Amino acid sequence: MLRDETVRLAIAPAGEATERPISIAIVAMGGQGGGVLTGWVVRLAEDAGWVAQSTSVPGVAQRTGATIYYVEMMPAQDGLKPILAQMPTPGDVDIVIASEFMEAGRSILRGIVTPERTTLIASDHRALAISEKSAPGLGIADSSAVNDATGVTARRLVVFDMDALATANGSVISAAMFGALAGSGALPFPREAYHAVISAEGKGVAASLRTFDAAFDRAQGREEPQVPAVAEKPAEMAPTGRMPRFADARMEGLARRVEAMGLPQRVTEMALHGLAKVVDFQDVAYGAEYLARLQGLLELDRSLKGAGRDHELTFQAAKYLANAMVYDDIVRVADLKTRAQRRKRIAGEIGVGEDQILQTTEYMHPRLEELAGILPARLARWLQSKAGFYGWLDRRIDKGRRVRTYSIGWFVVLYVVGGLRGWRRASLRHQTETAHIADWLVRVSEAAHKDYELGVEVLKCRRLIKGYSDTHDRGKSKFTRVLDTIGKLNGREDAVQWARRLRETAIRDGEGRDLDGLIRTIGSFS
Amino acid sequence: MAERSFAKEVEHLRLGDGETFKGEAILAITKGLLQAGVSYVGGYQGSPISHLMDVLSDAKDILDELGVNFQSSANEATAAAMLSASVMYPLRGAVAWKSTVGTNVASDALANLASGGVTGGAMVIIGEDYGEGSSIMQERTHAFAMKSQMWLLDPRPDHGCIVDLIEKGFQLSEASNTPVMLEVRVRTCHMHGSFVAKDNVRPEFTLRDALETPTRDLDRIVLPPAAYQHEQEKILRRLPAAIDFVRENRLNEWFGPREGKVGIVLQGGMYNNVIRALQHLGLSDAYGRTQVPLYVMNVTYPVIDSEIAAFAAGKDAILMVEEGQPEYLEQAVNTILKRKDAPTRVHGKDVLPMGGDYSVQALMEGINAFLDQNHPHLRGNRPPLPDARPVLALPEVERLKSVVPSRPPGLCTGCPERPIFAAMKMVQQDLGEHHVSADIGCHLFSILPPFNIGTTTMGFGLGAASSAAFSQKGGKRSIAVMGDGGFWHNGLTSGIGNAVFNKHDGVFLIVDNYYSSATGGQDILSSRAPNRNRKTNNPIIKAVEGVGATWVREVDRTYDVGRMKEVLTEALTTPEEGPKIIIASSECMLNKQRRVKPQIAKAIKGGQRVVKERFGVDEDVCTGDHACIRLSGCPSLSVKQLDDPLRDDPVAAIDNSCVGCGNCGEVSEAAVLCPSFYRADVIHNPTWWDRTKSRVTMAVIGLLQAYRARRRISVEFA
Repeated sequence: MLRDETVRLAIAPAGEATERPISIAIVAMGGQGGGVLTGWVVRLAEDAGWVAQSTSVPGVAQRTGATIYYVEMMPAQDGLKPILAQMPTPGDVDIVIASEFMEAGRSILRGIVTPERTTLIASDHRALAISEKSAPGLGIADSSAVNDATGVTARRLVVFDMDALATANGSVISAAMFGALAGSGALPFPREAYHAVISAEGKGVAASLRTFDAAFDRAQGREEPQVPAVAEKPAEMAPTGRMPRFADARMEGLARRVEAMGLPQRVTEMALHGLAKVVDFQDVAYGAEYLARLQGLLELDRSLKGAGRDHELTFQAAKYLANAMVYDDIVRVADLKTRAQRRKRIAGEIGVGEDQILQTTEYMHPRLEELAGILPARLARWLQSKAGFYGWLDRRIDKGRRVRTYSIGWFVVLYVVGGLRGWRRASLRHQTETAHIADWLVRVSEAAHKDYELGVEVLKCRRLIKGYSDTHDRGKSKFTRVLDTIGKLNGREDAVQWARRLRETAIRDGEGRDLDGLIRTIGSFS
Repeated sequence: MAERSFAKEVEHLRLGDGETFKGEAILAITKGLLQAGVSYVGGYQGSPISHLMDVLSDAKDILDELGVNFQSSANEATAAAMLSASVMYPLRGAVAWKSTVGTNVASDALANLASGGVTGGAMVIIGEDYGEGSSIMQERTHAFAMKSQMWLLDPRPDHGCIVDLIEKGFQLSEASNTPVMLEVRVRTCHMHGSFVAKDNVRPEFTLRDALETPTRDLDRIVLPPAAYQHEQEKILRRLPAAIDFVRENRLNEWFGPREGKVGIVLQGGMYNNVIRALQHLGLSDAYGRTQVPLYVMNVTYPVIDSEIAAFAAGKDAILMVEEGQPEYLEQAVNTILKRKDAPTRVHGKDVLPMGGDYSVQALMEGINAFLDQNHPHLRGNRPPLPDARPVLALPEVERLKSVVPSRPPGLCTGCPERPIFAAMKMVQQDLGEHHVSADIGCHLFSILPPFNIGTTTMGFGLGAASSAAFSQKGGKRSIAVMGDGGFWHNGLTSGIGNAVFNKHDGVFLIVDNYYSSATGGQDILSSRAPNRNRKTNNPIIKAVEGVGATWVREVDRTYDVGRMKEVLTEALTTPEEGPKIIIASSECMLNKQRRVKPQIAKAIKGGQRVVKERFGVDEDVCTGDHACIRLSGCPSLSVKQLDDPLRDDPVAAIDNSCVGCGNCGEVSEAAVLCPSFYRADVIHNPTWWDRTKSRVTMAVIGLLQAYRARRRISVEFA
């Protein structure tokens, strides 16, 4: 069963000879078993008495880069072997198998997926590229773009998460892709022939066959692409229809205060989440402080007729105010590291068995700055004023420490630090953060009075502050520069667009060079 | 040899008369050499010919039975010089390397070899690393064949044809007293196919025979006046003998009808894609029954004048299909026809691309243009050609262009070179940017994100040498990087010896990962694994000190980022004169995992106490700024989106491919990044003591946790 759309030769064709071979391109990343799958496909054809040829360009691509394996197959005719091409021709590939979703996208860009001809078999899981991972914020490529493109370019689609299916069946993705290929029916070989190829492997046969069968059924059952399950940004708080309730009765009072604000459900939900985060960080009183500040912002929102905008200002405030109030100090880190749930989570992620023992070592590098931050403000300031002593002390403290979390000695140290919440409100760090928040909220109010949406933008800038030590300082400096620049956009009609661009540039930009450029641009016209 | 075993492939070498070989072409070539009765084989590993070297390394038994001497040569010049064994004695020998880089290194020896000529057949297997997926500069080996006058074979991509040309190539070499090159392109080397094997041949005249009865002939040594005589011999005797042999043995092939208005001349390696292009144009079937006359040059040097003239006779125009530039063959064909005053027009690079792969697409367009100009009726009813342009113009595909991220190659998970470059990046943050000369090898990935380190790369082992001009006193120092592979290839003398002799004040960093890793993990002098056929375990530091270096520091665990930083900083700032040499050693992780994984699995199964390590990130401590990724780029360090409406950015996460090298933790600690990283140790088959200690500790910890949990207000939602 070869293709029916044949090339019409100028001379009278001699039967099947006018046919072209079946062509298969396997696009994969190094280490994904593309070579194994290629070997299986070749063997499948050879077992059926066909001639098969595969080519590849491993080279440097093997080391985590993207690579392509190409197979052509065709029966011999009257003892004549077909002459098989060594690379895919755009517009002339029958089957494309992609081991990852962006690689499916890349194959479309290579022109080897075309509507007249190509069956596209792709796993929709994501293995992120370095540029996606290293962006300081959310840099993950939009999988929906691949979904849209596969929809218009492939003749047939077999798309599902083959990686997850393989893992669930105790095997690797090559077995799942082989199963999907068989299930797609794009090759004229029976299921048993595929089984025979896998069985001849002699290694991990049972798991491979199980994975193959599961993928085969999946490919036969459904063909429409699934929504990728991983690494997608969760949708902005869809209302659940039912208000969340706290399990602990001590939260009741605060929760009722949130409800009394009379906000739309999505805002209320966000405020409840924010409240939970703040109380978890400190205590109920701190939660009350959060609500008081939120109330202030809600009044600002109402005075600017925010109801007509679905209270966007309060919604964003509920989110970013909570993040601002929950700053990362050593108390919080020590507290999180000593919780029982934490050990449970790690054991689950790694899969620690009953008869195995888990130990963890923390890689910490505290500096005097972080330690001084937790001291009472006056003491910390005094310490900072004694430059020589401060430096001497810092040299003793500023070094990497390996902390054996679950040894009694280290655990007690972490436990005691994690219990210093009582000190927190009096600490230098708390004073600094509180002043910073107050300043930020003043700027929000100023901006919102000029333009409601500009106020929202200033709220969202809080996202720029994250990380520890140097990273944190860099984030804070970016935050200040962005807010200062927004302040200079006085009265411009497109101030909101510029503010958004500033923020987005600052998030994307690790080193801060693009941001500097944009600030200069704005400086030139403001 | 740690990377992998080639035991299965070695069995292929034993196939006898009439049995069918199925596998990669580079292995078919290896088998072809044994069938041709070689006495010795050498070479230097590198894509696409590494497997030839790897298989022969594992095939000691077969080689011993046949009396074949196999060597992994120190470099390509060594390999080429090895062919001198065929100068005086009727010994067949072959060497292999990646080209043109290897041919560059070998060309001094090749030129001498070609001048004096050979008695026994001498063959160079050329892995032509040209076109898509190549890792080197884009050049052709063709020029080397012409300048030294060595015959260049370019077989059709078909296992049978290639193996046959090996046998014929040795005969050609002997008939014309000239070394030959057999050129195979990347895709052809890695092409799966089959051929019918013959028995291996044990050479009649052996290396032992040569040693016992040495002979010499002054006329074969390159020294005046013999050197002048060699040139005359090349012109008057060897070239005509080669032309006669090629014609009589029909090494070049004719396909399709003899007569026609037009015809195509092509390099053998282009044949498969030309046939497919013709098929799309409606001028051939899939089995190579073409309507256009084809002259396939399985020998691209020398060009056989009489065959070209005969093929062109009666044709209005011919097309020369020649991949790469300059267009040596097109020029040669033009000269031949002009001298014979033939009226046939010659097309080539006017309709085909000057550079780059001759893909089916490129050939289809070129041949179509050629036919349009010279014989438009031939295409008859013009079936539609495959064309992806309408699809690529769809708005959905247009949008995809800005979405699909590039995937530059990078260092593997757990690579010991990652912490070296992370440390360099941090040191440069403290001391400012420095000039860095890079070299060839995995470490060249440092030039890409996230490291962005390295300015030039001048050739294998030449990293140190390429900083030679910067031997300035005072101010910032240059840094040169070189791998252990490059070091033994030539870097010891060209780089380190040169720096010592010229009192270079710069920093020289030698990355020692126990293997020639980038080419597949072959053993070299300083490899630490025992090897029954070679002498390994020769430390780099002894060689470096042997050539007179005095400031030498060893870092024997590159993952110690703090130590790496310290040593680099010292090297860049010490007042001591002369080269500052750092040897940073840790085993290539790819090879290490292949070695230890089965051992660990066996130990766990056998009930032994084993501690398995891997790293993790506390998702609620991580703030999602990804500074750690920008300093590391480990494939197992990724990001994940949390199900928390308060968080915008994905947090760092480490997946199950982590091998526990510790780089991420070390970097985060050395760069004072954040306390999110932890190492998880899982003790398999714990001892009685492990269990008791853990039980007591966890009981105390459990009490403390329970106490705090009771006092804490739960913020869980019901």
